[in-house]
Amino acid sequence: MAEVLVLVDHVDGEIKKNTYEMLTAARRLGEPSAVVVGTPGTAAKLAEGLAAHGAEKIYVAESDDAVNYLSTPQVDALAALVERVSPPAVLVAAGADGREVAGRLAVRTNSGWLNDVVDLDGEREGTHSIFGGAFTVSARATTDTAVISWRGGSIEPEEHAGAGAQETVDVPAIDEATSAKVSNRAPIVGGDRPELTEANVVVAGGRGVGSADNFSVVETLADSLHAAVGASRAAVDSGYYPNQFQVGQTGKTVSPSLYIALGISGAIQHRAGMQTSKTIVAVNKDPEAPIFEIADFGVVGDLFSISPQLSEEVGKRSS
Amino acid sequence: MNIVVLIKQVPDTWSERTLSDSDKTLDRASTDAVLDEINERAVEEALKIKEAGDAEVTVLTVGPDRSTDAIRKALSMGADKAVHVNDEALHGSDAVTTAKVLAKAVGTVGEVDLVLAGNEATDGRSGAVPAMLGEVLGWPSLTHANALTVENGTATVKRETDEGTCDVTSALPAVVSVGEKINEPRYPSFKGIMAAKKKPVSAIGIADLGLDAGEVGLAGSLTQVDSFAPRPPKSGGQKVEDEGDGGTKIAEFLVGQKLI
Repeated sequence: MAEVLVLVDHVDGEIKKNTYEMLTAARRLGEPSAVVVGTPGTAAKLAEGLAAHGAEKIYVAESDDAVNYLSTPQVDALAALVERVSPPAVLVAAGADGREVAGRLAVRTNSGWLNDVVDLDGEREGTHSIFGGAFTVSARATTDTAVISWRGGSIEPEEHAGAGAQETVDVPAIDEATSAKVSNRAPIVGGDRPELTEANVVVAGGRGVGSADNFSVVETLADSLHAAVGASRAAVDSGYYPNQFQVGQTGKTVSPSLYIALGISGAIQHRAGMQTSKTIVAVNKDPEAPIFEIADFGVVGDLFSISPQLSEEVGKRSS
Repeated sequence: MNIVVLIKQVPDTWSERTLSDSDKTLDRASTDAVLDEINERAVEEALKIKEAGDAEVTVLTVGPDRSTDAIRKALSMGADKAVHVNDEALHGSDAVTTAKVLAKAVGTVGEVDLVLAGNEATDGRSGAVPAMLGEVLGWPSLTHANALTVENGTATVKRETDEGTCDVTSALPAVVSVGEKINEPRYPSFKGIMAAKKKPVSAIGIADLGLDAGEVGLAGSLTQVDSFAPRPPKSGGQKVEDEGDGGTKIAEFLVGQKLI
């Protein structure tokens, strides 16, 4: 069976959930081989989780330089493996860093690149959800290898025992002249809340929240539901909440089981980032707000009384 | 310093966008087109370098006739000249092909020290074309910059993504993509708008870049769109007025849906 490469997305010795989705999707095409690019000792921490989700092989590309250059260590390691095993596909997480790795790898190996894929079948046909879920598009690479950027939260990861055989691969020396050197890395710490794009439940606030201080109402409800906090562009532009939490056309696209919109009118700009959520609940003072057109359950009223009441009700039921 | 800024005309994100039935590409004709906001920041950053020292700023775009609006805007902000790659054959080019075309086009501007671009366009949203261009050129790419300094043949940026922040540095020539926080772009002055009308715009086709039609566009792309379908519109569900029990009603709904 063909080997399918999956670049492991990891931070601080932990595997991100998206990696398990990619291993699950990779099994539809062949035998998943996980590729770990990191500092020495990284693969040892990740091997068990990778094998439990179907990795037959684990390629270990470890070096101190793995964290010292932007995307080059990952591109070098994957390009060498593509050359060696001619995989039908290489899967990479579709975050900012992963997309750069995928795009560069596609250029270097002259492979078709499918970006932001949400599903993949056994014939390498990828599904994209574009313009914020307004269209579903089927596409494929016409080259021997397809480079695929995988949008997290798209499929349920499956457990599946794989052999998880580790193999150390040579790490080519970095070419200084063509690489960008990294220093002072500071990962964003998300606190105790789940990451916005991976969360099962998202509670988001808009212009109607009225101020940065008032956003505590949104946060309180989010915490009662173990949810991530999001914000509309209007709220971010008004300085109520930081930019990285923006949901919408110019921010994140989320597709959680439950999306609760507080004081968000629901302009196209915002809907583009959340309308594929499975269940949408909206609270807004304005009965004509467009958000109600897509909400499964809407309440016309004051979010400052409704939201705390809901937090309390959720608290009663979970205790 | 010889600086090239990549700019792009995109459909306005506040308008409804659709795909074209005939060839499954973005229907650009049916929407309002604007200069992508992030490109203005790339132009601004180039102009700051020019004002601090000595630089020539060339804006480069690949696109149809109406991309001239985006070019005029960049020239009226203060860029010196423009290259417009305009060729029917380019229609439908994927990201890999676009990166190759851009690399050839950068080559027409002479010995370039720095290419500036926005970090992500609002239409394709691949967010990787600057890095891919760097890969084609064999240059380092410093992406998602929210601050940039260029001195002594070295570029240094403060990089910020959702994943974190870091400092990134490399020798020139290099590709730098800028993020939303890097600067506030200037408005073109009346004088700038008048001056822009006299600035040179070099309109070229793919033959001028040494490419033929089979290498670009839908024909030259390494990916193929097989089908697309609009998502069935989501219809609104229940809507109630709050009578002091709005929160409880939502909780009951969520229990009914087995969400809590």
